[in-house]
Amino acid sequence: MTEYILLFVSTVLINNFVLTRFLGLCIFFGVSKSLNASIGMGMAVTSVMTVSSVCSWLVYNLILAPLDLTFLSLVVLVLLIACFVQLLEMLIRKFAPALYDMWGIYLLLIATNCIILSVPLINIRSGYSLGLSTVNAVGAGIGFSLALILMASLREKLVLADVPKSLEGLGIAFIVAGCLSLAFLGFSGMISI
Amino acid sequence: MQFWKIFSKGLILENPILVLALSLCPALAVTSSVATALTMGATVTFVITCNNVVVSIVRKWINPKVRVPVYIISIATIVTIASLVLQAFLPLLYKDLGIYLELVVVFAIILARAEVFAAKNSVVRSFLDGFGMGCGFIIAMLIIGVIRELLGNGSILGFDILGANYPAALIMVLPPGAFILIGYLVALFRLIVKKWEKRQKVREEALS
Repeated sequence: MTEYILLFVSTVLINNFVLTRFLGLCIFFGVSKSLNASIGMGMAVTSVMTVSSVCSWLVYNLILAPLDLTFLSLVVLVLLIACFVQLLEMLIRKFAPALYDMWGIYLLLIATNCIILSVPLINIRSGYSLGLSTVNAVGAGIGFSLALILMASLREKLVLADVPKSLEGLGIAFIVAGCLSLAFLGFSGMISI
Repeated sequence: MQFWKIFSKGLILENPILVLALSLCPALAVTSSVATALTMGATVTFVITCNNVVVSIVRKWINPKVRVPVYIISIATIVTIASLVLQAFLPLLYKDLGIYLELVVVFAIILARAEVFAAKNSVVRSFLDGFGMGCGFIIAMLIIGVIRELLGNGSILGFDILGANYPAALIMVLPPGAFILIGYLVALFRLIVKKWEKRQKVREEALS
C-alpha cells in the first residue's frame, strides 16, 4: 500500500508531468487561457490517460511480450491510443451529446499527444504492475490538471497586467510557468524512490 | 531560388520551436546539455525528412479519409528505426534521452509538415521542406542547449569554458530555467521576425 501512495504523491507533485517532465506543453499553453476550459481539459486528460494506460498494459503484457514483439510497441501503442480516443469520441457523441459539447473538442486535441503516450511508455520502462500503472496514470492526470488549473488562474490575472509588447502571450506564459515550476521544485527530495 | 526558399523558411522565419512554438517538450526537456540537444535535433531531422519523402511518394494512393493513421504509422516506424540505431551505437546518449526519443512520434511539427506540405508537393520539394524544418529545429535546440549548459555548468559539450571559479547557475539546468529561457527566446524571435517583416514591407513599397 505504501508503494502505491508514494508513487501517487511523487507523480502528482515531485515528478509533475508538466512542470518537471515538460510533457503536454501544447495543451498546457493552449488551453490555460480560461479556467473553465482547463477544468474540462484536466478531466478529459485524466480519464483518457487512465483507460488508455490500462489498455496499453494489457496489450503489452498479454500480446506483445509473450510473442516477442516488444520492438513493435511504439507503433502498436500509438495506433491503439489514437483508435481508442476516436472510439470514445464517437461513443460520447452518440450517447451523451451534452457531455460531448463540453468535452468533444478536447478529445480530438489529445488523440495524439505526448502526455497520453508518455504514461504507457513510462509504465513499460519501469516494469510496473497493472495496479501501479493505473496509479501512475491517475496521478499523472491529477498532476496535469493541478498544474493546468493553477496556470489558468494565474493567466486570467495576467490579462490585466502591463506586459512588454514582445513578451505578450506565449513569452510571459513561459516565464510564469517557470516560476510555477520553481515552486514545484520545492517538493523534490520529499520522497526518494 | 525557389528550392532555396522552401529550404530556408524553416531556419528562422518559420522556425518550428521559436516562432511556430510547436513541439516544445523536447526543446525544454533534453536541452540541459549540448550533446543531448544535438542528438535529439539530428533524430528529429532524420524522422521529419524521411517521413516527408514517404508521405510525398504515397500521397496519390491514400484515401484522404485514412491519411492521418497512415502518417502516424509511417512516423512510428521511422522513429522505431532511429531509436534502435541510437540504442545500438550511442547507448549513453540513448539513455539520457529516455522516453523523449520515443515521444518524437507525437511531435506536432512532424505531422504538421506531412499534412501541410508533403501531402501536396513533389518528392524533392518535400525533402527540402523536411530538411529545412529539421535544420531550424537543430538551430533552436543548439541555441537553447548552449545557453543552458554554459550558464548552468560553465561548459560546452563537456569542455570547461568559463573556468573552475565560475559559480554555476544551477537553475539553468533545472526545469524552471528552461521555461524562463524559452520565454525570453520566444519574445526575442518575435521581435526579430517583426523587424524583418517591417523591412520587407519598406523594400516592397520602395520597389513599387
